Amino acid sequence: MLSDRSPLSLRAAAIGGLLFLHLPILLIFLYAFTTEERSFQFPPPGLTTQWFATAWYDRPDIWPPLWLSLRVATIATSIALVLGTLVAAAMTRTAFFGRDQISLLILLPIALPGVITGMALRSAFGIMDIPFSVWTIVLGHATFCIVIVYNNAVARMRRLSGGIMEASADLGANAFQTFRHVLLPNMGSALLAGGMLAFALSFDEVIVTIFTAGSGSEAKTLPIWMLDELIRPRQRPVTNVVAIVVFAATFFPILAAYYLTRGGSETAGMGK
Amino acid sequence: MTAAVEFRNVSRHFGNVKAVDDVDLTIAEGSFFAMLGPSGSGKTTCLRLISGFEKPTGGAIRIFGEDVSSTPPHLRNVNTVFQDYALFPHLNVRDNVAYGLMVKGMGRAARHAKAEEMLALVKLDAYGDRKPAQLSGGQRQRVALARALVNEPRVLLLDEPLGALDLKLREAMQDELKALQHKLGLTFVFVTHDQHEALSMADSLAVFNEGRIAQIGTPQDIYDRPATRFVADFVGSSNVLPPDLTRALGGPAEWASLRPEATRLAASGPVMGPVTALRYLGSGTRVVLELQGTEVAALVPAGQPVPAEGTTAAIAFDKGALHLMGAV
Amino acid sequence: MTSSAILPAKGLADRLTAVFWRHPRVLLAILLTPPLLWLGVVYLGSLAALLLQSFYSIDEFSGVVKQEVTLKTYAELLRPSNFDILVRTVTMAAAVTFACAVLAFPIAYYAARYAKGHWKAAFYLGVMLPLWSSYLVKVYAWKLILAKEGIIGWAAERTHTSWIIEGLLSIPGLEGSSLSTSPLGTFMVFCYIWLPYMILPMQAALERVPNSMLEASADLGATRAQTFRTVILPLALPGVIAGSIFTFSLTLGDYIIPQIIGNSANFIGMAVYQLQGTAGNIPLAAAFAVVPILIMLVYLTIARRMGAFDAL
Repeated sequence: MLSDRSPLSLRAAAIGGLLFLHLPILLIFLYAFTTEERSFQFPPPGLTTQWFATAWYDRPDIWPPLWLSLRVATIATSIALVLGTLVAAAMTRTAFFGRDQISLLILLPIALPGVITGMALRSAFGIMDIPFSVWTIVLGHATFCIVIVYNNAVARMRRLSGGIMEASADLGANAFQTFRHVLLPNMGSALLAGGMLAFALSFDEVIVTIFTAGSGSEAKTLPIWMLDELIRPRQRPVTNVVAIVVFAATFFPILAAYYLTRGGSETAGMGK
Repeated sequence: MTAAVEFRNVSRHFGNVKAVDDVDLTIAEGSFFAMLGPSGSGKTTCLRLISGFEKPTGGAIRIFGEDVSSTPPHLRNVNTVFQDYALFPHLNVRDNVAYGLMVKGMGRAARHAKAEEMLALVKLDAYGDRKPAQLSGGQRQRVALARALVNEPRVLLLDEPLGALDLKLREAMQDELKALQHKLGLTFVFVTHDQHEALSMADSLAVFNEGRIAQIGTPQDIYDRPATRFVADFVGSSNVLPPDLTRALGGPAEWASLRPEATRLAASGPVMGPVTALRYLGSGTRVVLELQGTEVAALVPAGQPVPAEGTTAAIAFDKGALHLMGAV
Repeated sequence: MTSSAILPAKGLADRLTAVFWRHPRVLLAILLTPPLLWLGVVYLGSLAALLLQSFYSIDEFSGVVKQEVTLKTYAELLRPSNFDILVRTVTMAAAVTFACAVLAFPIAYYAARYAKGHWKAAFYLGVMLPLWSSYLVKVYAWKLILAKEGIIGWAAERTHTSWIIEGLLSIPGLEGSSLSTSPLGTFMVFCYIWLPYMILPMQAALERVPNSMLEASADLGATRAQTFRTVILPLALPGVIAGSIFTFSLTLGDYIIPQIIGNSANFIGMAVYQLQGTAGNIPLAAAFAVVPILIMLVYLTIARRMGAFDAL
């Protein structure tokens, strides 16, 4: 333990583990280029880029789910940004009655497995006779998106020197000026990151969505489309092409969010 | 002349905890006023009561004669230099200093000019474009000072502003603050737990203990004539003599305080005891005798002979140096 | 200077701020009401609906949900075919949790104690990216890998180790024509997908073990193995338990992975999905869904007592 050099076996296991985490995704990329469309034959008998064109031009069933996913993600993220920020701002105040309970409530949507959230919403729709629609999907998505935005907002608020809000008021700024000139500039990147993560998560969501989308064909989001293709595959490489699109739509926002929230000290007080 | 700040029966209770307990206070305009006390004594709470970040649970607070009990902090013409400076990390130094002018609606050119003026006053004129993260502790403190002063507040509050600085820097800043206050003629209210600081800078000071004021007066008053044992102990390292000892030394049967600087060693006297400790201070030696169970310290100036540990000696002092504090 | 000590309030914003200062609860209420309304009504409300539905029952003949409270639906859970599902799911969850703990340890340990500077960031990203990237794509990737004609099959053929796979597949309970239709495959995919959830809390707990403690242990004469067993492992345990909360709970509820990879044996999540779909037996689906909630409540209480919450 005293040496800084780790045992070789440990290092190998660690790096091996990391590779194990990433390798499967790389295979998806590979299979998008295969010429074999009926099975998952390895190694691929040949390579081609035809499937990208096929996906774009010859598969009209892909576009409606794509638009729906984008719509739902945008609406859910917008709702989550507002509600998540509000509750984060409230929670940074010194202890008030019910603070711990609210903390727990906010964690629930991601603490409980998705099937429960989905089934719960389904039960509610059943009891209240609410028909399935885009809005029932949004209802489920926005709920866990709120948690994502909240987590990012609270983490940033904790890093800010608490005194700057007081300093702003001390210098004559009213609450709205403090919000505009101090809170927003310091919170902006965290909110952006939260929003991007929420968008990515909503775009990719399938577990809750299946329960809240209903069975109509116009209620298919892109992940649901992919799920159908997985169970009853048509042109497998096309599914892979779509998988790459979904992956990119989640990967890049996550990377961006990471760079936005990584950061040194946000405080400008003594010694910090 | 109206007092700059006036507290009448002010209390701030948190449930059962009395952070500030029935405090009366008057701060004269243009004075450098210090609030001294250990942590938790209520001095910072009193400062925040003046700035408005705490609301009193009882009593009245007046600033230049006006009752501020329903005035929020942003509408009080009072500014604070915070303990951790609280500079805005996303603004450069100039914009930090100009912030107060910006929220009042002053135009860009005008407020930048005023900010530069202020920065020159605190000797940071070339630093306008830097960000707070690029400054040293002492520099950040001066920016905080400039940022508060640029608004021409009627009272400037300072919350332990020198605590994070090293000794040399702290002493330099003490002189600068004093000079600044004289030059501007503003009322400064300064919170500290360092009694040397309070004694050397303040025109008058209040010693806080457990939410109440133990004594208010000039530094001289408080140092030479401490009102209670707490003040005698906290301000300067005084000898506190119980009534029996005071009577044995020739005074009445009361608690008394005696400064070590005013106490000399003598070969014999009415009370004698062994030397229990010696501490070399450079400017002299602090010799502690045990007299009738009480430790009494005497300061022997450099150059004079110092007895060895264990030898028996007595103390001597001028009559006026013994300050009586009452029977309790 | 003859300006007043009190500045005038200019405009509505100033006056509103004064109100917030005088009555801080007002601001709090304004901030909290919209989000709490949403979470309370949408989320808690639907959880209540779930609970309510589980106490309803379905009329066997007409297929209509009878909205009166009864324990009949819960009793149905005890039927052997349904109870089997519960047992199977819990067993899988336990197995996955254990395997994840073992797999995650080297990665978490290395990242916590040896990775410095760039490597630390690389490890962090290396775990975060799979964690957040598309769930469905990851599952799909494994369908590719585990297919008979896929990469594992190909590698096994090339290295003449196919008999290992066939041997594994013939173990009773793990039957399947290929890895992708066997519970073994389901198990492997579960482990892969939840692995990051186990790594992160573990790493956090291991990072908190102060070096000075390890030095003290060595100083007092313990061997590396002893230090590992008596100092590192107990201190890392809360992190392991925190990670296990995720892996256990996520496996309990998942219905996608068993559907795509594995035989047609039912898990809790799949039962819920199927019952509320074509079968229309919402009360039974709800009852099934309540079971993981109860299990997790018990699990969380135990975990909290073992200090896992401080490791989150």
